[in-house]
Amino acid sequence: MEAADSCVECHQSFESGAAAPTQAMTHDVHLQRGLSCADCHGGDPTAADQAAAMDVAKGFIGRPSRSDIPQFCARCHADPSYMRKYNPNLPTDQYAKYLTSQHGKRIAQGDHDVAVCTSCHEAHGIRSKQDPLSPVFPTNIPGTCATCHTDANIMERHGLPVTQHWEYAQSVHGQALLHRGDRGAPHCASCHGSHEAARPGVVAIGNVCAQCHSLTRDLFAKSAHKAAHETLGLPECEVCHGNHLIQKPTDDLLGTGPKALCITCHEPGSKGFVTAQRMRDAIERLKSEEVGATATVKRAAALGMDVSDAEFGLQEASAKLTKARTYVHSFSFSTMEPIVEDGVQHARQADARGQQAIAEFHFRRQGLWISLLIIGLLIIGLIVWIRDLERPRGPS
Amino acid sequence: MRLAERLREFFRQRYPLGSLADAAAHKTVPVHRHSFWYYWGGLTLFLIAIQIASGVLLLLYYRPSASEAFESVRFLMTKVEFGWLVRSVHAWAANLVIFCAFVHLASVFFLKAYRPPRELTWVTGALLLFLLMGFGFTGYLLPWNTLAFFATKVGTEIAGVVPVLGPIMQMFLRGGGDVGDVTLTRFFWLHIAILPIGLLGLLGLHLAMIQLQGMSKPLSVKDERAIPFFPNFLLRDLIGWVLMLGAVLAVSVYWPATLGQKADPFAVTPAGIAPEWYFLWMFQTLKLFPSHVLGLEGELVAVGLTGLAGGALVLVPWLDRPARAGRSFWLVRLIGVAGLLYIMGMTFYALWIGQHH
Repeated sequence: MEAADSCVECHQSFESGAAAPTQAMTHDVHLQRGLSCADCHGGDPTAADQAAAMDVAKGFIGRPSRSDIPQFCARCHADPSYMRKYNPNLPTDQYAKYLTSQHGKRIAQGDHDVAVCTSCHEAHGIRSKQDPLSPVFPTNIPGTCATCHTDANIMERHGLPVTQHWEYAQSVHGQALLHRGDRGAPHCASCHGSHEAARPGVVAIGNVCAQCHSLTRDLFAKSAHKAAHETLGLPECEVCHGNHLIQKPTDDLLGTGPKALCITCHEPGSKGFVTAQRMRDAIERLKSEEVGATATVKRAAALGMDVSDAEFGLQEASAKLTKARTYVHSFSFSTMEPIVEDGVQHARQADARGQQAIAEFHFRRQGLWISLLIIGLLIIGLIVWIRDLERPRGPS
Repeated sequence: MRLAERLREFFRQRYPLGSLADAAAHKTVPVHRHSFWYYWGGLTLFLIAIQIASGVLLLLYYRPSASEAFESVRFLMTKVEFGWLVRSVHAWAANLVIFCAFVHLASVFFLKAYRPPRELTWVTGALLLFLLMGFGFTGYLLPWNTLAFFATKVGTEIAGVVPVLGPIMQMFLRGGGDVGDVTLTRFFWLHIAILPIGLLGLLGLHLAMIQLQGMSKPLSVKDERAIPFFPNFLLRDLIGWVLMLGAVLAVSVYWPATLGQKADPFAVTPAGIAPEWYFLWMFQTLKLFPSHVLGLEGELVAVGLTGLAGGALVLVPWLDRPARAGRSFWLVRLIGVAGLLYIMGMTFYALWIGQHH
């Protein structure tokens, strides 16, 4: 902290909330790069007198109103030549994006409920987004968004639900990010954007999911479902998997069983119904082969046999099962079938190797007992020989 | 003339083997209540023969380089017909040969068989035990798995503690600053070339001396009974060998040798690294020794004391002066019992620690 900064010296002496900025700014990224109060708020930090320091004539701005905050920050953050001096890697289009966001559009309409820069980044004590304590660090983002999006009063005024954060926390993505700390898992901004935050919408949702699930999306795009969804105006992935509460998909979602999603559109006897049934049957067949082979290999391993080759086959079968599940999104049985068949062959090979190892185990034990029998006979022979040799003999 | 007699005559005319052959033909083995201990030398010899035979077979497939050693052993264990059995037999017999040699040495010590004129038989026997331990140490690394790699690191670090010669010895064994590919080549060279030459030489001397001087009779035995060495004693020896063969096969089938994970020189030393059981008592002594003794490094003192104990073991026939005069002295037996109890106690303590940590 600069010794000659009268803003800091003076505000530090307050016991009221006016001292808060100086307490928070100790870990502020701006302060760390040599900026201080006057660089944002204007005024003269060298003046000892309060009136002189906060003189409007010296450019003192003071505290910006909430609706002015985006523009207030954008004075520097939207200026590439200025930002280059401090952090050339930081984009300078955040303000432009913000104006396109729901938040930006609404604040322009005078809606003061919506998020501005300080809602997510804090006003003083702003940390780098790489700092794990930053509100915009990946694992903290859901909680930061939830500050407003779980506030029933605010959300009611805008006709929005407050359950998204709870739903996300239960989802496969939320579990990965919040419970396992997997920073690669998607958070709110991954799908909605950060400064440009908006709903993905029916058309864009497939693209949003494809950021990670690219193969699935490619298969879907080539399938008959693509045109059908467009015709019916259905959001692609969301129809089957939902949005915030996305669960780990199970095989029960496929087929014609009571939990199957296919039957919500495809009537019994229809081509889609039959395909769904065949796909599920194929997956179940591969699973059954894999389970059987795994049991055989485990049995062989428990007998102390080397099963590394068989385990390799099991891994291949498991990989094919995962691939087949992905290829369900081709919604074409003929596309998925070769993958299943490949997996079945790997599982059968692994099973055969496991069986061979078990047979080898029994062969070894039998061989040992036969050898021990021969050894036993040899010992008896030797004892008889010694006895015969040492038997007292009478004079011949 | 029968073929055997013609062959004997052929060699008799050309080589002066008469004295050795006569000694063998007339050699007898005393019969008394301690005769049981006479068989342990023969068992050790039999196990050495198994090691040579199985080792030669392993050499058909083993490749002594860091990039291929582990894979070649895995190939041998999984793809080669009876490869698993040959390696398991080699691994089990390696342990049993040390055990039998220990028992043989202890029995010879307590029966005072090192008395004149058999001092050099004892010396060659003690040196053979050291050689067998050398075989164990060098052979342990050859499969190039994690456990062996780090145990060798620790083992060669200990060698470096010896003043003056230590660092040179360590550098010679490792072939560099750390255990690596060159170490494996050197251990392989020691295991299959240098140590076997020493072993065969010493073993030849040891056996020739026994054949020439016959078996020693303990001081306390006054019994004059004896049986001919050939074939009566040899047939009894044979029973022991066949029993040992059965035991080696049984343990090899029921508890085959494992391979573990391939050594990764860049990995962190895993927990629970320990040498083979016959080095455990030394290892545990080093661990328990105070860091400083009388201003000297504790490790150095421990290694020095172990070296002194080894030296004293070789010189036992001259250190036990009462035995040279045909008397039994209680202090010698006490030192022997204390040494044995110490080795056994430390070994079991180390095993216990290993299982509980």
